[in-house]
Amino acid sequence: MKSVILRTASNYLLPLLLLFSVFILLRGHYNPGGGFVGGLIASIAFMLHAFANQLENTRKLLRYPPGALIPVGLAVSLLSGLAPVFAGQPFMTALWFSAPVPIIGLVGTPLFFDIGVYFVVIGITLTILFNISENIL
Amino acid sequence: MTDNYIILPIIAHLAIAVLLIFFWRKVQIQRYISVLGSLLVLGLSIGLFIKTWRTGYLTMQAGNWQAPFGITFVSDVFSSTMVLLAGMAGLAVCIFSSVGISRHRIQYGYFPIFHFLLLGLNGAFLTGDIFNLYVWFEVIIISSFVLMTLGGKKPQIEGGIKYVTLNLLASVMFLTAVAILYGLTGSLNMADLSLKMAEIDNRGLVNVTGLLFFLGFGIKSAVFPLYFWLPSSYHTPPSAIAAIFGGLLTKVGVYALLRVFTLIFIPDEFTSTMLMAVATLTLLTGAFGAVIKRNMRMMFSYLIVCHIGYLIGGLGMYTQAALAGVIFYLIHDIIVKTNLFLVSGIIYKIRGTMNMDKLGGLYADYPKLSFLMAIVFFSLVGIPPLSGFWPKIYLFQEGLATPNAWYLVVAMIIASFVTLYVIAKMWADVFWKDRPAEEAATEDDFAPMKRYHRAVLIIPVVMLAIASLYIGFCAEHIATLSQRIAADLKDTAPYIKAVLGREIIKP
Amino acid sequence: MELLLIILIGILYATGIYMMLRRSMVKLLIGLILLGNGANMLIFLLGGITKGKPPIIGEGEKILSGLYADPIPQSLILTAIVISFGLQSFAIVLLKRVYVLIQTDDLNDLNTPDTDI
Repeated sequence: MKSVILRTASNYLLPLLLLFSVFILLRGHYNPGGGFVGGLIASIAFMLHAFANQLENTRKLLRYPPGALIPVGLAVSLLSGLAPVFAGQPFMTALWFSAPVPIIGLVGTPLFFDIGVYFVVIGITLTILFNISENIL
Repeated sequence: MTDNYIILPIIAHLAIAVLLIFFWRKVQIQRYISVLGSLLVLGLSIGLFIKTWRTGYLTMQAGNWQAPFGITFVSDVFSSTMVLLAGMAGLAVCIFSSVGISRHRIQYGYFPIFHFLLLGLNGAFLTGDIFNLYVWFEVIIISSFVLMTLGGKKPQIEGGIKYVTLNLLASVMFLTAVAILYGLTGSLNMADLSLKMAEIDNRGLVNVTGLLFFLGFGIKSAVFPLYFWLPSSYHTPPSAIAAIFGGLLTKVGVYALLRVFTLIFIPDEFTSTMLMAVATLTLLTGAFGAVIKRNMRMMFSYLIVCHIGYLIGGLGMYTQAALAGVIFYLIHDIIVKTNLFLVSGIIYKIRGTMNMDKLGGLYADYPKLSFLMAIVFFSLVGIPPLSGFWPKIYLFQEGLATPNAWYLVVAMIIASFVTLYVIAKMWADVFWKDRPAEEAATEDDFAPMKRYHRAVLIIPVVMLAIASLYIGFCAEHIATLSQRIAADLKDTAPYIKAVLGREIIKP
Repeated sequence: MELLLIILIGILYATGIYMMLRRSMVKLLIGLILLGNGANMLIFLLGGITKGKPPIIGEGEKILSGLYADPIPQSLILTAIVISFGLQSFAIVLLKRVYVLIQTDDLNDLNTPDTDI
């Protein structure tokens, strides 16, 4: 697509949307939001970039193929689920640090689980969308 | 009592799969990791089985959310046996596919997906929550979709479309049934549902929900009017994939049927009769379908359908002895069907075709291998004292003792004889008959392989054949096991108590 | 509201099944999507509808108070949506691949006679 307005806007929107996706990710658990939605917003940001600036440029921007995020995310989620097992609790029990971290708030295993989900969703969505749109864009 | 051990066979597969994705393009490393990982899981499954056998029930409340609100994982003797069988079949197929699956398929991610499939199977066996069961089923079908179509040519993709469509429809049915169940009871925990369903007055609605579950699981386990996708898709993928599908995927449907119909919907007379009628027709159509097929793998696909009939029929009779027969048959069937497709893979490697008209002379060329294959084939038929014989005895006996089940017994006997007939005919065609002269020019891909590679293809067949022989010759061990499982299925109070952690008074 | 949803679910299921029975692959896909949405709506309906009371604990409170919507159907639907998202994208890619291979949208052309029978 050759639209100057969209291309200019997408350059500003990409970091803004990524920041928003992280906000949604951290907001999750007690409020609406979380890893899945955050991941979707982040992948929308990249897709918008791809619409405006061609797919190859977005791929160049990402450097690695988005599929590489999938095992990382899965591993993070798996470890966050396993952490309570070592503490003698049932699998996936939420463990929290007692003192809240500034800005982020309470940190615990559900946050890491959500971060894992966030990465997996970005990885999978971008892989699928890049594949489908390869011949179209 | 909460026990994290129960989750290990599931987590181990996930960890292996994640590890494998990190080594995406490195074929050789993937083979080693996958085989070692499957061995590890088999070890864990044996551990789980022994632990469950000693204590009866293990439960784990995921996330420490107590039942019936959280997701509960339960391992009773039935589910731990299934996990053990899945571990055995998984290891055999994994070893087989390290040579039997071509390099480009492995590069497209065969091994990670294979472990995701086994992850889903183990999860489905161990969960105690109906919606969680749905999720595991989705894990299974999405990985099976990928395996079905992976790197395929035209026939495989075509088979894939049929498979994908019918399985998606089945999962929509399943989801619909779960929705109605939740609307009726407000619970998803199977033990809790068992209590709440018994109290509902509107039996019509309960039966309809039960039928929806039967439809969903019936498509997956390929019973009579719903099986058409199976023979038109199972012969298309490579034999290692067909082996894991034929051995375990239809059986997970049967497992779910057994679980749901013993715990939540206790069959009344109508359901019982329906199950027996469906079983009769499954037995007959499967058997006669197998007779006319000249493609070996298609014939085996019809035999899968046919033998599902024994399992459903036993469930329909719903006595303890019949259920014991079903469990015995299930154990035998998983091992032998997996092996059957592995054997067909080796034959394909040797002759390059699955068409029985073009095959022949295998006994003259490979006498020792043929003897090994004979054990597999005749275990399937159930020539005494091989493994297929004993469970049928249970089922016949119970069928004769149950009123109005004569038609089922007749169908079972016909199906047994037809199985014998098709296997004997196949044996004569493939092993004894001289090879057709015009085929003599086709290359044998098996003999020129490295000795080590040939061994890797044969070892899993030997392993599973030994398991089959064990089931046949030490039938009393398996009989004890299936009796115990059947008793557990009939008397669900200890299961419910183990999950909910309190005494219950059944009305 | 309930009646409206019931009619909607009926329409979704009926059109879904109808579309699945058509011969075109794209219509098959549309049918699957409609059926999936119908099932999700069914969970939503049967979970009981509570208007305007999200099950979120407000600031400074410890527990939920008063009447609130059942969160379970919502999480079930979310799970089901995520799953069907994956399945449908798989189906789209598969159908695209079939189209490239066979150059037709007609399901009847999928029965290449097996040369090996």
